[in-house]
Amino acid sequence: MIRMRWLVPTFYILFLMLPIYWLVSMSFKTTNEILGAFTLWPQNPTLANYRTIFTDPSWYMGYVNSISYVTLNTVISVSAALPAAYAFSRYRFLGDKHLFFWLLTNRMAPAAVFALPFFQLYSAIGLFDTYLAVALAHTLFNVPLAVWILEGFMSGVPKQLDETAYIDGYSFWRFFTRIFIPTIKAGIGVAAFFCFMFSWVELLLAKTLTAVAAKPIAATMTKTASSSGYELGLLAAAGTLTIIPGAIVIYFVRNYIAKGFALGRV
Amino acid sequence: MNKTLNQKAWFFVIPVLVLVAFNAIVPLMTVVNYSVQETFGNNQFFWSGLTWFQEILRSERFHASLQRQLIFTGSILAIEVPLGVMIALAMPRKGFWVSVCLVLMAMPLLIPWNVVGAMWNIFALPNIGLMGKMLNDWGFDYNYTRQVGDAWFTLILMDVWHWTSLVVLLAYAGLVSIPDAYYQAAKIDGASRWAVFRYIQLPKMKRVLTIAILLRFMDSFNIYTEPVVLTGGGPGNSTTLLSIDLVKIALGQFDLGPAAAMSLIYFLIILLLSWIFYTVMTRNEDQ
Repeated sequence: MIRMRWLVPTFYILFLMLPIYWLVSMSFKTTNEILGAFTLWPQNPTLANYRTIFTDPSWYMGYVNSISYVTLNTVISVSAALPAAYAFSRYRFLGDKHLFFWLLTNRMAPAAVFALPFFQLYSAIGLFDTYLAVALAHTLFNVPLAVWILEGFMSGVPKQLDETAYIDGYSFWRFFTRIFIPTIKAGIGVAAFFCFMFSWVELLLAKTLTAVAAKPIAATMTKTASSSGYELGLLAAAGTLTIIPGAIVIYFVRNYIAKGFALGRV
Repeated sequence: MNKTLNQKAWFFVIPVLVLVAFNAIVPLMTVVNYSVQETFGNNQFFWSGLTWFQEILRSERFHASLQRQLIFTGSILAIEVPLGVMIALAMPRKGFWVSVCLVLMAMPLLIPWNVVGAMWNIFALPNIGLMGKMLNDWGFDYNYTRQVGDAWFTLILMDVWHWTSLVVLLAYAGLVSIPDAYYQAAKIDGASRWAVFRYIQLPKMKRVLTIAILLRFMDSFNIYTEPVVLTGGGPGNSTTLLSIDLVKIALGQFDLGPAAAMSLIYFLIILLLSWIFYTVMTRNEDQ
């Protein structure tokens, strides 16, 4: 029984890898091979699909756009959430519980509800089709998330740390930047990771708020189905490339992922 | 932790408040505004009171998509939670393989949602996709673009593929927080495998599992991109979930009034769920 236990995670991981394998394998196939014959692996491996993506600005700018607004969003969300999370973890104040609940409801808000009003709002203030528009729109669900995660991590730091620092004559800001932030840097890393992740995978709002200049890669992918026929190989290559940033960042936070999903409360 | 009463803490919250208020309150007011008006084009709006709400609440279309939504959410919870716990229990506790498992299992969570949809779309194509082709070769008449049952099967399988890892990660985090002494005590008492699970592991996982169930509940209620890319809500309307229906009405037909009213009803359902979630979470924290 115990000896066979490793089979369960192994089969599960195999199941997870199968569609990914199919995507990657398809990205190395020619359109003819994909539509012509059913092959388990590419018979004539080709890099043509990747070449198209890396040479055509309408493709690779999609990646630049996605990474730009995701980074901007992560910076805005984490920096706004840091002081708020500190306040929630250290102080009681009028309406704190209601405020926390209200933030939570925004994490749960269906993006579909906000798509149209966001379009009108950001068009009205002249931010439509900019990185900032998408970055700000994604703060709707990322700021509450960052506040939650950081609050969880901060509550794990004993309050004596703050008190000792004040007795030693630290001002609040010096304490916060020199002592407190380094103490919870793991938490900040996890919060940043989750902001990155949810901004990277979200498409509905990103697509609604952009036209050309800030169009995310994931939205560029939809053009393969319309303008130039049905280029599955190209679609697969673009899809494969969107997996890579996630795979890289996940390696750095591997030991904290679960704690992050539990909102810092394991 | 004892928190000190300090009203100045509000200043720390201001940046968050401004950001979220801008993004939440302004758009929500726009929606409320549309939901009580009628338009005949030319940007002329007339007060229409609660007629849109009555229309939506009585419409069979809304009932049908709400029902599909509930079936979808129910099925994925019934599969993902037990499966996730089972996998977490079988995972290694220490060593090199832990990192390998965690990184590989977390992969689906970081793939953009429309890529997940597109990936499953080509994976399940009956003639050229790996899964579709295999199923047909094995004698199943499988075609998710034509047959309702197959579309649902693919949709649920895709969600299981995408999100079971979340349950695994959370359950695993709960399991590793159990001290070895608990297991040793159980061994001395001669406890069965079931007893260990029932009286040691399950209580320790209760908290994280609550989080997992409620996160999955709410996120699956909001699901939009993956089913749209996979099935487009079809065949017919058979996989049109709440979000898809809402976007069809709002952006497809540009029926702003009914769409806004539906948005608010939808939002109220989510708000109710969030409240339950919050109550459960804070009650656990007080214990």
